[in-house]
Amino acid sequence: MAAAVNGENILLVKDLQISFGTYAGEVKAVRGITFDLRRGETLAIVGESGSGKSVTAKSLMRLLPEANTILKGGEAIFEGEDLLKLSEKRMKDIRGSKIAMVFQDPMTSLDPTMRIGRQITESLKEHLGLSGQRARERAVELLTLVGIPTPKDRIKQYPHQFSGGMRQRVVIAIALACDPQILIADEPSTALDVTIQAQILELLRELQEQLGMSVILITHDLGVVAHTAHRVAVMYAGKIVETGTLREIFYNPQMPYTWGLLASIPLPTADRSQDLIPIPGSPPDMSDPPKGCPFTARCPYAMRVCPTEFPEYTTFSAEHKAACWLHHPMAPNVEPPVRVRGTR
Amino acid sequence: MTEYSPNGDGRAILEIKNLKKHFRVGRRASLKAVDGISLEIKEGETLGLVGESGCGKTTVGRVLVRLYEPSDGEVLFGGQDVHRTRGDDAKLLNRKMQMIFQDPQASLNPRMVVSDIVAEGIDIHNLAESKKERLDRVHELLETVGLSKEHANRFPHEFSGGQRQRIGVARALAVEPEFIVADEPVSALDVSIQAQVINLMKTLQREHDLTYLFISHDLSVVKYISDRVGVMYLGQLVELADSDELYANPLHPYTRALLSAVPVPDPDYESERERTVIAGDLPSPVNPPSGCRFRTRCPQAVEAAAHVDPPWREAKPGHWIQACPCFA
Repeated sequence: MAAAVNGENILLVKDLQISFGTYAGEVKAVRGITFDLRRGETLAIVGESGSGKSVTAKSLMRLLPEANTILKGGEAIFEGEDLLKLSEKRMKDIRGSKIAMVFQDPMTSLDPTMRIGRQITESLKEHLGLSGQRARERAVELLTLVGIPTPKDRIKQYPHQFSGGMRQRVVIAIALACDPQILIADEPSTALDVTIQAQILELLRELQEQLGMSVILITHDLGVVAHTAHRVAVMYAGKIVETGTLREIFYNPQMPYTWGLLASIPLPTADRSQDLIPIPGSPPDMSDPPKGCPFTARCPYAMRVCPTEFPEYTTFSAEHKAACWLHHPMAPNVEPPVRVRGTR
Repeated sequence: MTEYSPNGDGRAILEIKNLKKHFRVGRRASLKAVDGISLEIKEGETLGLVGESGCGKTTVGRVLVRLYEPSDGEVLFGGQDVHRTRGDDAKLLNRKMQMIFQDPQASLNPRMVVSDIVAEGIDIHNLAESKKERLDRVHELLETVGLSKEHANRFPHEFSGGQRQRIGVARALAVEPEFIVADEPVSALDVSIQAQVINLMKTLQREHDLTYLFISHDLSVVKYISDRVGVMYLGQLVELADSDELYANPLHPYTRALLSAVPVPDPDYESERERTVIAGDLPSPVNPPSGCRFRTRCPQAVEAAAHVDPPWREAKPGHWIQACPCFA
């Protein structure tokens, strides 16, 4: 699985900063994140609700509400152009054709009043200029590709005639319609039951291998990450706090928040008598985020320097970086909790 | 379905006998949400109930605490038929059986302050003699669930999801229940907060001698908290065993499929494991398949499964299964 990690860059996000204007003041959802996406890889962005992972994804597609979104800085370079600065007209050419997105809830991302066939052919006609006949044929091909039986009959049906899992397959078919180079999947399996989730994740993985696209997978579920991703970026309070290959993040995490995440999930394979180790407290208020490391208030290893300044990234390998003061030469030596080391 | 007979030594606090709950949908059709479930919940244990959405697990919980009347069968709590009890006895039952709901946002009245939410049960059951006692009790409860006295005068919207769920737990505890139905109590919470609430529920169980029915779709969470686990499919129980036994030696093909579908946060384990991805979707509970209900999606289905209602039997001590012809 790690084969795709060394591919060339397809997307480069630099120092992205996004805020929202609200009555309560400015909410700083994303506070300067930098990452790249390579050809043919799956990059998982993990984090809890409010960590800024969905905002990041939506900003790349320029889907955030214009009225109250404040782009404070940064760029997202795709094919030599900055996605964040493109005209809406130019963006329309890219959105849905070169970069496509799959959302969490398949019911709300489909139009309930429109037949499935038309929802798929819409972008084929728009972006590829296919004729009605040719677009319908392609729609049938796409439904076959995502594993929907009797596609010729199904294209005439409405979303309510599909089950949740089938709807998500349709949404994926629409996303794949124009052969995108980047697929952004925002919690694609979260609203589904486990058996259906397994089907969808398997499908996404197969499709990626088959079509060679790059995938940004946004999720809160580390199980899903372990199953699907090549590289992982862990987000907390609008910052990327650790990033590395799948194995580095799971087997050699270097940041207390990542330790906390790993130690607090119940494993179906683990011993029951071992208590879960929760992360105490709750995430910070993003309208007034802490000046230093945002995890300080919940971190059992917090030091005096932590609340005052956000730490530099420490590099552990070509891919593995973490932002934590514990890696400063003057910091005490700290061992991660047993459960984290024990998962290896 | 044969009677469930007790195993182990614990005394049963709750007996469910051939419980059915059908909802009418349209003129002739009925949705068989729960269709013949028999089991016992033993004093002081946590029984986990897992299954996919629409399998009837929530309906079971709701019937137990009398939010629904059953269509057939009975529920005995301490030997007393829950659904035939009236008057003061019924009120007492309401006190002994409490519920914690999934969505801490929707289950707390947004117009009430926390002290009134928590004390509602205390008022109804006259458990406090004075205003002072009532308030002391609320403060004590808030501290028990990891909140503080200062929170008593705030409204639900001032709390985070995890804190709201703690308020829900405090409300359930206020009337000193013996049995709590927890319906997906941590599903709406982030993982780091989930663990806080699970650990809280475990501690409270030890300190207050509580019995839990823990309903969840998350198999990993259920394993952590439950002593025994029942797996439901389309309104029926397909397997019931000790938690460790069920996860180590699942017998029913559905349990196996369900367990193999859970993504495990361990890349090596994920890349090596054999996955049985079951095809298709859940059939409609209005018109469930004849015989073994899982046969339409079962990877090892046999012809005979369509004609025989699989018997509920003990495969090995304490390990019960719906014995479909395909593997029996």
